[in-house]
Parts: sequence; structure tokens; C-alpha cells
Amino acid sequence: MKVSYQWLAEYVDVSGYSASEIAEKLTRSGVEVDVVEKLNKGITNVVVGYVKTCEKHPNADKLSLCTVDVGQEEDLQIICGAKNIAAGQKVPVAVPGAVLPGNFKIKKAKLRGVESYGMICSAKELGMNDRMLPKEIQEGILVLPAETNVGEDILEVLGLNDEVLELELTPNRSDCLSMVGTAYEIGAILGREIKLPETEVNSSDKIASTKISVKNVSPEHCHHYSARYIEEVSIEPSPLWMQNRLMAAGIRPINNIVDITNYVMLEYGQPLHAFDADQLNDGHIEVRLANKNEKMITLDNEERTLDELMLLITDGTKPVAIAGVMGGANSEVQVQTKNILLESAKFSGSSVRITSKKLGLRSESSLRFEKEVNPENVTVALNRAAALLSQYANGKVADGIVEELSTQNPATNIQISLQKINDYLGTDLTKQDALNVFDRLQFSYTEMDENTVIVHVPTRRGDITRDVDLIEEVARLHGYDHIPTSLMVGATTPGSLSKDQKIRRAIRRILTDEGLYETVNYSFTHPSQIKRFPGMYAQTKQISLAMPMSEDRSTLRTSLVPHLLDVASYNKNRNQSDVRIFEIGNVFLTEEQSLSSQPEEKELLSILLTGNRAAANWSVQENNVDFYDLKGHIETLFEAIGISNLQFVSASPEGFHPGRTASIQIKTDDKVIVLGSLGQLHPSIQQEKDLDEVYILEIMLEEVYQLANFDIQYTTLPKYPAIGRDIAVVVDRSLQIGEIVDSIKETAKELLESVQVFDIYTGEKVESNKKSVALSLVYRHLERTLTDEEVTELHGKVVEKIEKSFQAQLRK
Amino acid sequence: MKEQLEALKLEALKELEGVNDSKSLNDLRVKYLGKKGPLTEILRGMGKLSNEERPVIGQVANEVRAAIGNGIQMKQDEISQRELENRLKEETIDITLPGRKPSQGAIHPLNKVIQDIEDIFVGMGYTVEEGPEVEQDYYNFEALNLPKDHPARDMQDTFYITEELLMRTHTSPVQIRTMEAKKGEVPVKIICPGRVYRRDDDDATHSHVFTQIEGLVIDKNVRMSDLKGTLLQFVQEMYGKDTQIRLRPSFFPFTEPSAEVDVTCASCKGDGCRICKQTGWIEILGSGMVHPRVLEMAGYDPNEYSGFAFGMGVERIAMLKYGIDDIRHFFTNDLRFLNQFVRI
Repeated sequence: MKVSYQWLAEYVDVSGYSASEIAEKLTRSGVEVDVVEKLNKGITNVVVGYVKTCEKHPNADKLSLCTVDVGQEEDLQIICGAKNIAAGQKVPVAVPGAVLPGNFKIKKAKLRGVESYGMICSAKELGMNDRMLPKEIQEGILVLPAETNVGEDILEVLGLNDEVLELELTPNRSDCLSMVGTAYEIGAILGREIKLPETEVNSSDKIASTKISVKNVSPEHCHHYSARYIEEVSIEPSPLWMQNRLMAAGIRPINNIVDITNYVMLEYGQPLHAFDADQLNDGHIEVRLANKNEKMITLDNEERTLDELMLLITDGTKPVAIAGVMGGANSEVQVQTKNILLESAKFSGSSVRITSKKLGLRSESSLRFEKEVNPENVTVALNRAAALLSQYANGKVADGIVEELSTQNPATNIQISLQKINDYLGTDLTKQDALNVFDRLQFSYTEMDENTVIVHVPTRRGDITRDVDLIEEVARLHGYDHIPTSLMVGATTPGSLSKDQKIRRAIRRILTDEGLYETVNYSFTHPSQIKRFPGMYAQTKQISLAMPMSEDRSTLRTSLVPHLLDVASYNKNRNQSDVRIFEIGNVFLTEEQSLSSQPEEKELLSILLTGNRAAANWSVQENNVDFYDLKGHIETLFEAIGISNLQFVSASPEGFHPGRTASIQIKTDDKVIVLGSLGQLHPSIQQEKDLDEVYILEIMLEEVYQLANFDIQYTTLPKYPAIGRDIAVVVDRSLQIGEIVDSIKETAKELLESVQVFDIYTGEKVESNKKSVALSLVYRHLERTLTDEEVTELHGKVVEKIEKSFQAQLRK
Repeated sequence: MKEQLEALKLEALKELEGVNDSKSLNDLRVKYLGKKGPLTEILRGMGKLSNEERPVIGQVANEVRAAIGNGIQMKQDEISQRELENRLKEETIDITLPGRKPSQGAIHPLNKVIQDIEDIFVGMGYTVEEGPEVEQDYYNFEALNLPKDHPARDMQDTFYITEELLMRTHTSPVQIRTMEAKKGEVPVKIICPGRVYRRDDDDATHSHVFTQIEGLVIDKNVRMSDLKGTLLQFVQEMYGKDTQIRLRPSFFPFTEPSAEVDVTCASCKGDGCRICKQTGWIEILGSGMVHPRVLEMAGYDPNEYSGFAFGMGVERIAMLKYGIDDIRHFFTNDLRFLNQFVRI
């Protein structure tokens, strides 16, 4: 809502407060003012001039040479380039010494050899929003009404000595979608009285009900329909002051009839519509719901297809308006219009909202109806407009209002106690403090006892329905700054993070300590990304947004990996090819083809490594990451959060390199839990993304949170010495060394303290399909010193078992 | 013979003076004290001496041997010391070359800010609650006093999946779910961090995905002054003890009264600067007293209980805290951006 400061001053005394001071006060008490716009834009010395003569410039085809009377002793000779300039016009003239917006100074000039003393201005040159003006005026100079006084300051004439407050209204304060409503608010803030507009109608002898009739067959959607009949109007431009105010409010002036309906809408917040009564069948109005696929052409010359949820105004034979949204072209007020049916109604907010949403048609009118207009203003605004039509369109207002009123609005009476106000706010107000606020709001009340009042809330404040709403009024007008700060009095509570939250943080800390960067990525992705890399939930159905903003962000992710790959590509393209990143985030899963219940949300951890292991340095060789870097990260992580029994099993899930991927599993007492996968990205995806070798991991966290264990249990340090033995064996190259390790553990049992793989050799010294593996074993008994003989015997069995099981040759 | 020995001593000590390295010193030792050296020679001739002379000459010979030996030892120490010094000098390294740093990653700034805020509220006795990102219309809107076709739904443009399922537009549904789970029990003291979604075109200040933290307190006798006190304590922990708050009346369907909360601009300390548009204040929170309708719907009698709620955008807090100028940086994950947050 754009509020002209000068116009506002007609309804409430703002003297002593500048526009920006009013803006600050409104903002601090809950009606935010976005900007205060000064309309004069720095203009000085622009006056009304009368074009006495207008001839062609002797040396230029497109220029005119004018003699202009600006109310000074001598007429000015001015050259003008506008096509629409003509003798006899009143126009804005920037005389020499004038300043136009943008600090543009006007001086005497010579154009094609002829002197020009000033400039005739267009609306745009005066800083006006010329989209509000008819096209021919936009293109040329601004032609003023003939009755304008020569020599008068243009700022006065065009109402530019004004400032406009742009209100950023919250949905509850639709009462401020009107000048009067805003005036009430300012009156309450300043503690000043309100002056309401003149609404007295001088009606003619004609009886309206003999000319027009109203029937409402949809009382559920139309609570009140009232109409007046105005005869013999003369259609002409509305007075300049009215046009100026409409433009300040951002509404385009059209003609006196339309302008008056808009003007009154701005005053009261009550949208009005004027029909050409002679286009209505027998002056009849019937309010009903539309039929499915019923069609009509609206004022903007668009054909609209309607349905049975939309409320129509018809004349009993044809639709003439979409209720509260837009009028029909067939009954529009035009130059030849003589008689008018003026509508003022209260349509149901949700009905108008649904209709305007479905049609994609929002208007100043629908905007107000949607938020429920003040039922008391239906008649007031109707009369106000009728009065203005008789004054500014020479209309003869027929006697009486023709209406159907289906919904009475019960008064809102709210009981409230001072105790409750103070208890709720933590304040120490007196009863008088509270009553003062209601007085300032012009809410009447009945005092019940020392502590309690019943407040009678006027219909203009439909947002106030409960005691807490009144408490807010008291709080905001008393000033939020006056509410003290206090500490809660209730029992203290221990705050804490849950186990899951603590482990999530631990994972973050451990991975970042190991040099990984945490990323945060979008949840929406392109469906093809999911197809290419479905992740571990390949069985899930895709979940898509009903109205995505783009295909790229249309589908809920089922894996975190695709976005991590995008991050790697993004960084590689910026010469950052060593990428070690992870994300902890949710994926969305469902078995339903079309979703009927909330999907399952699984929290996953994904890690991506690519490029060099460490930043190249004068002393560090460049070395690409591989499978074992990633495996090491996850092994360290699980050690730190107390999960043992981690198993890596060869696997080939979709999207991974089939020979370089493991399924990560945890063996518990009764089952094996598959957490996810770890491996090299499939080379074909890697190529598509133009990346170097990429290693990725994705695991689900729910199970990790459950199994994690932060308890530390000390075990006694060994008292007896250990004995070490090394083995080197030659085995088939394809043999997984984990099998050898498992075999050693199985044979040596509890006397084996540890086994380490310390070398793997392939090359000239072994056959081409073989590899040599060196292992270091440590034996120890916890309660006594092992003898050399014991170890030799046990180790012999270990070696023998390896030789047998894997056709291994012992290297001596 | 005695003279012979004395002369030998003098000769050896003189020669010793000219020795400067371990090898010459060793040669010298062999020359004078070795098995084929003159001293051994002389001592071998002792047998020919008379019984009277033998102990006398023996003593002199021992003295001479000791003197030469001492001299050699001293020279040895001197040379070792010098050689050590030389070796250390040769071992000097260039300490200006960069160190071998273990690589250091960083927590994402959004999560860093969330963790900071969580820690402050956990310290004030709150627990941290989470909930689903795909929500039912009921939890996202209706239970928050936003019935279908309520004009206030326009405040948040929503990504719908079906008519009843949507991407949550705020983390408030977690509050409703928590209240429902508590079945009327008090106190409720929670904060709810999480991702939320709105149909906004992505630009420098808007993102279709962003992060919120909301808080909720319900108990007997919770007052609006408690809300002010709580938020003041929070912002002073977050931005420093000098920080003040200012509440401005506003509207949220789920709170009444409602307030926008401004804090002292951290950049100019309230004097007015470009960041706070010369006002000295920065808006960071929305808040209010929980609307009685919301309490009723979640099973709390508004005549018995009251509460307050507040919410903030994590991106905004992080942008102000770190001076980040474009919200899209959070989701682009440029390593040059991420590694600015390695500091703990």
C-alpha cells in the first residue's frame, strides 16, 4: 500500500511529524514502512505555461518553435521536439534556471541556430512514473487540463510536493490497505482524532429499485451485495488532484467513473465496480457460481475459462464480472456510457482467493477481498462513491440502495483482565495504561470489575479475535521497548545433545582433522543424475516436485554422491584437482510410484577423494589417492567411534569400478549389517564428469549411531615379552591377502598379538602371475614368557597352513 | 739414557704442536708410543741397566710416556671438538622452507554456526530436536494456525510434492511434532536446526534451500519478558556482552504477539554503517509468544500454559558473522571458500 502523506493528512492530523517520522513510528509499532519516496525529485522552477503559438522550426523538420506564456512579463521562445505539442495547450515548462530530476539544470540554449529559453517537459522528465499515463502522453509532452493556471508551480499542480510511504503489510493488517485504516493506525500511535470523508448523497426523485434489481443465489460466497443506480453521468477525465493521488498510490487514472471507484477503494479498502447499466439485461444483477467451462471476456480483453468454484456476477443472462477479481468487457464503462450500476459487495475472501489463484489474475480488488473487507464499509463506500459521482461526473443518484445482505457480522467482544496482560507480557502496567491503548485505537469497552474489561472490537480490525490479540495491541502501542527482560522462573532443565548428534559431530571432527572438507549440497537434483548413480537404494522410486523451478532441481536425491561429483568437477575446472570432501545429509526413499505418505529419510555420509594425497611440496612427492586412502579414513573413523568387526567384502554395486569396490559390513552377534559401499567411481562416469580417478564412499548413519560406543575400558599393559616372526610367501596374484591374514589368526589363535602386511612384491623376481607377500607376526602370552620352542612350533603350523591352503611357496 | 728420554719428550711435544687432524695425531701416537716407537726401544734397553739405575730410569720413562700421552689426549679433545663444530656447521638446514603440514579440513560454515548456536542453547538447558524435510501439510501449516487458503500462506512459497506433502518451509513442524510427542508434558525447551525450502529464485540473498534454527519453550507462566531475556542472553553469548536487542511488532500466524528482533550491528557497534543501512541495527530473528491455537492443537491448554518461539536463518547469521556477500557460496563448495573456515 502506497500512502500519500498529504492525502493522509485529510483523515488524521499529522502536523508536527514529517513523513519520515511517521514512517519510523509506524515501523516501530508494527506496520513496516519500506521506503518513503519524495515525489518532487529535486525539481525547481517548473511552471505551467500556455502555448500561444507553435510553428515549425525554420532549420529542422522535427522541431517546433513555440511562444509560451509562463506568467512572466515576456513570453518565452522555446523549441520543442515532441510530436504532440500544439498551440493552445497548457504544458509544464522548465524555465531557464530550473532543475529537473537528476540535478539536470535548464539553461538558455541555441538549437539549429534558434534560441530556446527553457524546455517543455514530458511526464518522465518530471520524474513521474509515466507507465501510469496514457501511451500518447508517455511519448510526448505532458498536456495539462485547460483550467490549469498559467505560471503556477508544477509541483503544486501535479501534487508532487508530496511524499509517499510504501507500507510493507503483514497479512493480518489488511485494515491498512486503505487510507482511512492507515489513518486509524496513525491516530492510535499519535493519540489523535480521525476525520472521515463526506458520504452524504443527494439523491434524485428516481427510485433505484425501479431501475435495478439484485439477486444473490450464492450467499455462502457473497455475504453482502449492494448497488446504487446513477443516471446521466458524463464521462471525462477526473480532476487532476484525484489523478495525482491515484498515481501516487500506483493506480493508473482512466476516466472519472473508474477513477472514483478506485479512489474510494483506496480510501476505505472497499473495492467497487461500475457497470454500464444499459448493458445489463433489465438492470438486473444475479450473483451465482460459474458453470464448468463457462467462458467470459474480462476487461483486459482476455477470454477466461471458469469453473464451478468461481463466483460470478451475471445479469441473469450472461456473466458480467468475475466477483471481486475483474469486470467483464461486455458491461464496461465507456465514453458513451450514460447510466451506471455501482456495486459494493463483500465476497468471501477464500472464494476470491481461489478464483484469482486459479485464473492467475490478481488485482487491487482481489488483493483486498482475499483478506476480508470490513463489512461495515460496504454501504459507506457505496455512498461515498455515489456522492463523488454526482460531484465529479454530474451523475444523478437514484434514491435508495438495492441490496441483499446474507451474513450479519456478530460483534467481536473480548473479555480481558489486566492480570492476564501483565502475566503474559511480564509487565507492570496499570489498568489505565491498558485502557489508554484501547482509547487510542478507538475500541470501546465495558469495565466489568477492577481487573476485567470487555473490549468491543470494531469490524475494521478483523484480525483481532482473542485476548492475545488485544495483548499484542497493548504491547505494541505501549512499546515493545518497555517490556522488561527477565529470566524464566520454571524448573531448570539439563540441556544436552542426543547420542546421534554427538556422533555426527564426532564424525565431522574426525574427518576434518584428517584433512577433509565438509560440503553442503542441494537436496534436489536432475532425474538423470539418479539414473546414472542411484546409490545404495537402487530400488527406490523417484520423488519429484509437483512444480519444480527447473529440471535440474526437480527430483529428491537418493544419494549424496552425484552432488559431490559436481563439486569435484567445479573445483577441478578452477585448477583445484585435489579434492577431499564429504557431506552428511538426507536422501529420500519410497516404494510408492506416486507418493501418498511421507518418504523415508535416511541420513548418509558420503566421502569423495580425488587427486593428490597431499599438496605437492619441495619435499613431498605427488602421489594420487587410491582405495586404501579412503579405506584408511573409514577404518580410523570407526575405531574412534568404537565400532569394531568392520568387514570389507568385494562387491560391484552400480556406479562403482567392479574390481575396486567393497561393501562395508558390520558383523554383530546375530547378523551382518551392510552399511554401504566404498570404492572407485566407475571409469565411465568419471570420464563423463571429466575427472581424474575418484574414490567414493557412501554409508548410512542410523546404524552407525546405534552401534557407536564411546566407553573406554582400560586393558592391562603386557608384562611379558613378545616374540616376532616374519614370513614371506609367494602366492597367486589374485589371492586376497585378507584370506592369508584370516588363516594366520585362525591357526595362531590367542597367542597371536598382531599381524601386519609389510610388503607386497610383484616383478622380475617372481613369476608373472604371482606375488610375494611379507607379513610380520607378533606372538605373546599374557601370563608368562613364551619359549622360543613354543613359538617355533606354533609358527611352523601357521606357515604350514598357509602353504597348504593357498599353494604358497615360502621364500627363504 | 735419562737425557735421551727427556729429549724424546721435548721432540714429541714439539711435533704435537704442529698436528691438526685426527690422522696425523694417530700417526704421531704410533710414532712415539707405538710398539716400534723410540720409547719402546728405550724401554727395551732397560734390561741392560744396573739395579740402581733401573727404577730411576723406569720412573722417568713412565713420566715421559704419560706426558706424551696427555699431550696427545688433549690434542685429541681439541680436534674432536673442532671436528664436531665443523660437522654441525655442515648440517645446517634452511629453516625458511615450509613445513610438512598434515592436511587440515574444515567443518562447513553453516554447520559451524549451527554447532555454535546449539552449544549456547544446550548450555541454557535446551535439547536439540530434528524432524523430516518432507512434511505433511498439517504439520507445516495447519497445526501452526495456517489453515488452507489462509492469505498468510503467501508469505512462504512452497514446493509441493502432492497436495498433502511438501518440502517444509520452516523447521516449525518439528516443534509441533515434539509437543505432540510430549503429550502435554512441560517444560518443553528445544531448538530445531534443519534445512528448509522455499520457491525462491537463487540469487545473492535468496536460496531455494536454506537452514533455520528455531526454538520453543512451553511451561507455566512463560512471559514475553522471558523471551526478551532469553534472546538477549543468546545474542550476548553469540556476538559479545555489549550486544543489545530491539523488538519490533510483526506478524507470524503461529505467534501472538509477534516480534522481529534486531541486534546491535556487530560491524559498527550501533553507530550506523553500510551493513546496517545506517540504522545501527541488524534484523536476525523472528519471535513471539506461541499462539493459543497452536498450543490447543498440540494438546496444551492455553489457559494453563504459555510459551515463546523464535527462529533465525543460519545463512544470514553466518553471512553477517563472516562477512560473506553471496548466499550461493554456501552451496557451491569452492575449496577456496571452504578452506577459509579451518580455524576452530
